[in-house]
Amino acid sequence: MNKVEAIQALGGALGPDDLVVCCNGMIGRELYTYAERPQNFYMIGSMGLGLSIALGLALARPTRRVVALDGDGNVLMGMNALASVGSERPENLWHVVLDNHAHASTGGQRTISGQIALEKVAAAVGYRATYRAETAPVFEASLRAGFGQRGPVMVLGVVDGGTVKGIGRVKETPAELTARFSAEARR
Amino acid sequence: MSHGSHPAGPSHAPAFVAALKEHGFDFFCGVPCSLLKGLVSLLDGDAGARYVSATREDSALGLAAGAFFGGKRPMVLMQNSGLGVSVNALASLHTLYEIPVLLVISWRGEDRSDAPEHWMMGEIMHPLLDKMTIPHRALSPDVPMSAHVGWAREQLVATNKPVALIVPGGVLE
Repeated sequence: MNKVEAIQALGGALGPDDLVVCCNGMIGRELYTYAERPQNFYMIGSMGLGLSIALGLALARPTRRVVALDGDGNVLMGMNALASVGSERPENLWHVVLDNHAHASTGGQRTISGQIALEKVAAAVGYRATYRAETAPVFEASLRAGFGQRGPVMVLGVVDGGTVKGIGRVKETPAELTARFSAEARR
Repeated sequence: MSHGSHPAGPSHAPAFVAALKEHGFDFFCGVPCSLLKGLVSLLDGDAGARYVSATREDSALGLAAGAFFGGKRPMVLMQNSGLGVSVNALASLHTLYEIPVLLVISWRGEDRSDAPEHWMMGEIMHPLLDKMTIPHRALSPDVPMSAHVGWAREQLVATNKPVALIVPGGVLE
């Protein structure tokens, strides 16, 4: 599955009120290009902290669905946060991981996720359900099934490496992103 | 055991927690320090306070950012060793995105009587905060806790950026 297919599948599975916290790197630029909405927060620095931000938001707003969109590099850097998710077990948190086994934004260097099934880590620390999808149809079905049950749930999609041509950069300033996302989250 | 220059007296932790609540702080997380043990145990035992025990200080800052997006006024506590862990989060998340958060940072290594792993951070903590343009002030036991927290809240509201209260030994143990 290529990353655009995965991003579009996620975009199609989201409800209008769902809040998305997106990790740094190429994934944020791809989300911005293919599924931009004011309910998305794009993290451009602080690698590894996207899941923690999503967890804090899920605890603060228990009636809202919060989705952490992560890559394998971010999950590996902030793997401790999975344990916090497993400990707090918020029912309104979904963790969607696009795993290309690579640091795409720095030139495609390998990560170690090729040797580690990240969804098994999530299961071990107490996520209520985990999915691993290698193809677009399975990924779509996994998102549908995962969003239909209580969190925390991880849906991991294995995606192709490389970068997608014609990907834009987030135009809003960080302060503008904070203002618009906070307004959506507090609605 | 006190690690700082202030003699051990009655803990100001209860007054500090009351001041936090008075000033609207309603999301608490962090990684503990012996100098903050009174504060941590009060928050952790307070069902109304909802303290999240984090595993790393930068992750605690991530939690705080998310809580802020959700309408909370967050506080993160840590040992000053955790400030080292937190530099990138404070630089590229909270300062950049204008996310206010109250940092409560213990001052290990205030002098060389403390354990050697704290010596360097004890010396560089203040200049580091200055370089990062994070307003900070020491939690003097001679000033009412509500005045310290009130000052911090004013900074947060004025700047939408992090602010730090530095906790010497003996004040919140």
